[in-house]
Amino acid sequence: MGQIKLNQVTKSFGDVQVIPPLDLTIEDGEFTVFVGPSGCGKSTLLRLIAGLEDITSGHIDIDGSDATNVPPAKRGLAMVFQSYALYPHMSVRKNIAFPMKMAGVPEDEQKRRIDAAAKALNLTDYIDRKPGQLSGGQRQRVAIGRAIVREPSAFLFDEPLSNLDAALRVGMRLEISELHKRLATTMIYVTHDQVEAMTMADKIVVLRAGFIEQVGSPLELYHTPRNEFVAGFIGSPKMNLIKGTEAQKHGAATIGIRPEHTDVSKTEGMWKGRVGVAEHLGSDTFIHVHDTGLETGPDDLFTVRITGDIQAKHGDDIYLTPQLDKLHKFDAQGLRVD
Amino acid sequence: MARSVKTQRKIINTAAAWGIGLLIFFPILWTILTSFKTEATAIADPPVFLAFNWTMENYTAVLERSNYAKFLWNSIIIAGGSTILGIIIAVPAAWSMAFVPSRRTKDILLWMLSTKMLPAVGVLYPIYLICIKLGILDSRIALVIILMLMNLPIIVWMLYTYFREIPGEILEAARMDGASLKEEILYVLTPMAIPGIASTLLLNFILAWNEAFWTLNLTAANAAPLTAFIASYSSPEGLFFAKLSAASTMAIAPILILGWFSQKQLVSGLTFGAVK
Repeated sequence: MGQIKLNQVTKSFGDVQVIPPLDLTIEDGEFTVFVGPSGCGKSTLLRLIAGLEDITSGHIDIDGSDATNVPPAKRGLAMVFQSYALYPHMSVRKNIAFPMKMAGVPEDEQKRRIDAAAKALNLTDYIDRKPGQLSGGQRQRVAIGRAIVREPSAFLFDEPLSNLDAALRVGMRLEISELHKRLATTMIYVTHDQVEAMTMADKIVVLRAGFIEQVGSPLELYHTPRNEFVAGFIGSPKMNLIKGTEAQKHGAATIGIRPEHTDVSKTEGMWKGRVGVAEHLGSDTFIHVHDTGLETGPDDLFTVRITGDIQAKHGDDIYLTPQLDKLHKFDAQGLRVD
Repeated sequence: MARSVKTQRKIINTAAAWGIGLLIFFPILWTILTSFKTEATAIADPPVFLAFNWTMENYTAVLERSNYAKFLWNSIIIAGGSTILGIIIAVPAAWSMAFVPSRRTKDILLWMLSTKMLPAVGVLYPIYLICIKLGILDSRIALVIILMLMNLPIIVWMLYTYFREIPGEILEAARMDGASLKEEILYVLTPMAIPGIASTLLLNFILAWNEAFWTLNLTAANAAPLTAFIASYSSPEGLFFAKLSAASTMAIAPILILGWFSQKQLVSGLTFGAVK
């Protein structure tokens, strides 16, 4: 079991309200990702659920019972921190054993669970080392191992991969996803990286300034963003947002078209522009187009994404045609119009 | 080339460090040497460095005249008591300042430090009177309390600096792992802070051992520690350089030995935060 329910939860630091009244239900076994730009309150929200911060008003239910005033030690949740937060004076074995020691798990059961976790996480060879002797990825595994062994009702991850290098990050992302499939335990994962959110989540919660902008599955957010902010935040490269006369033609204040939903030609098309930078990735090419005459914002940039390689040099003329059925329309308040 | 320049610089630096070290140590060395001279050699002009008749007569005289053990015992009680009492009070204070700071924490820390800028003699009169009223003049308990209060700002500051180096997330991890406050302190924070607590203990023991203003002014026969023991050999009875030196040597010997064996801890305590 691991259903977590937030009812009208608020949080203020002094006079500053960082979380306005917020309702959210995280179902048992669900992999939920909180995503948003830095300072959006996602980590604070996680810490409120953990009990590391006191909520200002509202209440939190875990598995149907009120946990608002339950201290973190008694909430039955496990947390993996961005800095790993391993105990530097203890060996890997003792680190992993610590939550079981606190819970009074019998020694032989402790040993069994440590061995199982170490095996699953490839830590068997390092079990007697101190955290200082481990690499970043290994430390992260120890932190996860320490969370697994106590068999929590939910796992909380606070940007666990942001201290790892890019290659390791992709590997650990898969490992955590696999762990979720295997354990089927509720997981709440905080990240500012929308790629992590898209690839791992069952449900994404997009936050801005403490407000929930949208809750939905990754593809719901991708296909039907509720507003301009979500449209711009989900998807890589970012969606092109166009205002002005071009938007009015479609009866909207702003129209959005994703880079991958724009056709490119060297000879003809709806809009004409000039190639700024072309990024060749082999499988894809990102072309940053300037001078389109469209109101795309202060940096006058329109990004397109083409599958495969295309010859495009700086300064070349280029024609763009949006796939009109994939167009997103937003009103003056930035809300989606269908 | 680069390497030989580096070596040369290293030699110069080492020589300079030894030179400065010897310069600082020289008065202590001279005191120790003088304590083995006769009164006449002690004031000889030109001074004699090593070529004199080494004698223990000053030590015998000093030990005959005064009860060294009693002074030593007083010093241990006063320095040890004030340090331990200070740590007991400072740990919770530093704890809350480091881990649950409020908007005023920085102000409180500065205010505490500012009390160290007050000239001690400025409060001598009221404290002296308080001691008389309470009937604790010339008692060890008075000195334990006063020296503890004098050193408390330093103890709190040192512990605060140490605790600040311990990442709060590790304590939060302990909380998430199901540890109560007691277990968090016992199993996580204390093992991580032990080097800090140890060097704080050591430094404050030395500070209290060497403290001469309050110990001289608030004691007479009963609670006098080694500082008073040295002072009793100075001028009023005329120039007894050799005996004074013998008394001084006996007073500083315990702390010199303690310092020697714990210099690693002391250095790390004094440079904590500055050197990674």
